[in-house]
Amino acid sequence: MNTDSKSYQKYAKKHAPKSPIFRDCVCAFLVGGLICTFAEGLYHLYLFWKLPEDTVKILVPCTLIFLAAFFTGIGIFDDIARFAGAGTLVPITGFANAMASPAIDDKSEGLVMGVGAKMFTIAGPVIVYGVLTSVLYGVVYWIWGLFL
Amino acid sequence: MNVIRLKHAPSVVGYASVVGKKEHEGPLGADFDLHDDAGTFGMDTWEKSESEMQRLALNTALAKAKLSPDAVKAIFAGDLLNQCTGSAYGLLSFSKPFFGLYGACSTFAEGTMLASLMIGAGYFDVCAAVSSSHFCSAERQFRFPLEYGGQRAPTAQWTATAAGAFVLSAEGAGPYITEVLPGTIVDKGIRDANNMGAAMAPAAVDTMKKYFEDTGHSPDDFDMILTGDLGLEGHSIAVEFMKASGCDIQNVYNDCGLLLYGAGTQDVHCGGSGCGCSASVVCGHIMRRFQKGELHNVLYIATGALMSPDSLKQGGTIPGIAHLVRISSERI
Amino acid sequence: MELLLDLLKAFLIGGLFCVVAQILIDKTALTPARILVLYVSLGVVLTAVGLYAPLVEFAGCGATTPLTGFGYSLAGGVKKAVDEKGLIGALTGGLTGTAGGIAAAIVFGYTFALIFRSHPKK
Repeated sequence: MNTDSKSYQKYAKKHAPKSPIFRDCVCAFLVGGLICTFAEGLYHLYLFWKLPEDTVKILVPCTLIFLAAFFTGIGIFDDIARFAGAGTLVPITGFANAMASPAIDDKSEGLVMGVGAKMFTIAGPVIVYGVLTSVLYGVVYWIWGLFL
Repeated sequence: MNVIRLKHAPSVVGYASVVGKKEHEGPLGADFDLHDDAGTFGMDTWEKSESEMQRLALNTALAKAKLSPDAVKAIFAGDLLNQCTGSAYGLLSFSKPFFGLYGACSTFAEGTMLASLMIGAGYFDVCAAVSSSHFCSAERQFRFPLEYGGQRAPTAQWTATAAGAFVLSAEGAGPYITEVLPGTIVDKGIRDANNMGAAMAPAAVDTMKKYFEDTGHSPDDFDMILTGDLGLEGHSIAVEFMKASGCDIQNVYNDCGLLLYGAGTQDVHCGGSGCGCSASVVCGHIMRRFQKGELHNVLYIATGALMSPDSLKQGGTIPGIAHLVRISSERI
Repeated sequence: MELLLDLLKAFLIGGLFCVVAQILIDKTALTPARILVLYVSLGVVLTAVGLYAPLVEFAGCGATTPLTGFGYSLAGGVKKAVDEKGLIGALTGGLTGTAGGIAAAIVFGYTFALIFRSHPKK
């Protein structure tokens, strides 16, 4: 094998079959869109049931999180995600799955260091970076306010 | 000279394979000794299931060899789990001298090679080589939780739920381990953990070229050249590079990762991988074909990708290795 | 009729967020975890510069359900808290605004972890 590393890396990249991007995008669009439509439907349903709007705004994502965690538990979330890709990842369902799946998986390592700790291995960065950027925004917003 | 020709070639006196559901449903399903559709093998964690597969594989291989466990003088075994616990727990009950190996997916060839060298050198008369992988324990350790909803890349391979065991003896009617060629670590800088075939193919090519240069054999001298688990992607890279170096292996070349699963019918993308993949294919399918007289001379080249989840996160490359073991029905 | 239009808008905008992420997954080396981080941070930034609120107004759950919506809640919480309490609100607002979602994910994740065990993939 006389090829040098650089040209081999290029060769391997070119040689590898590409992801079926068109099919992936259609699946992601349909599934992701349907999840959001379902959420919108829930929103209207809860309002129809005369729940206060502030409650509904929290209740809708919580319902999606419940369903995603449940489907993760009975083992069909990953089957859907295999086709849906970003369609199940990007909605809040992906966040719920990222918390529930390690919790279920790592039960064998105990309730504290297994379920308790591993729950955040995938979802943790989302909370960390979300909070970091939001605090940064808060500080900038406060300074901005001083000059107004 | 890199190739070691064993003067006292040990005989494969016992072999057994244990697999999970998907492997049993594959094209080689009938060749395996034991399978469990639940994949748990009666255990409550996936790691214990993997250990149990090793225990069952060695037990079955010994029974088929009509040997008592006491006859085994040393065991060479490995798996994919951290610190090789799959082998340590699985083979504990045999209470035999134990050599724990890590060669990633090349472990079975590495174990067979070391066991053969020890027997050939006269230190032990009967040795065992065992290796295993379990889809669920590997996925947990190397990738994502089992229920995590992710998409697999088209070049990704599927870790086989499988184990294989050889019992090798100084005496026996064959097949024999006649030549071995320990692989060297080859790293061409591939970083994509979803493309192990491309990462390992250079190592396989390196080992094959050394073998043919050293021995002067041509690929057509063999009934089959069988790489460990390069999968579809690595397989075609290996063919191309061997051809480019003037050595056409296409007529006799196959890959354990391709044999284990049905192409198109089972959703495994580029094929199987894992320590148990080539172990179960060799201990199941290949040895049965030797027994039936369909194969006489096989070059088994198991490939391994020697990275860890942390080395990948640190941006490391994926070094590959390929160990060659020649299995022949006659001593040479 | 208005309901149908709301559903359609949620479908289109929600779907588009997913398509962009899918293209990033297929075309770049970004892992899903990095994409989620990117989306959440992007949601905060877009809210901060005032682009996200109109989108939520337009698409409703089509904009709040994708993870950028999580960033929208974080930023919205921070803004409200800073308005009410001053600088300390920068620390308290974000998690207050998203407390429901995070607590729900912990509670339901934990509960189902107690009930179910993982299955081998098909």
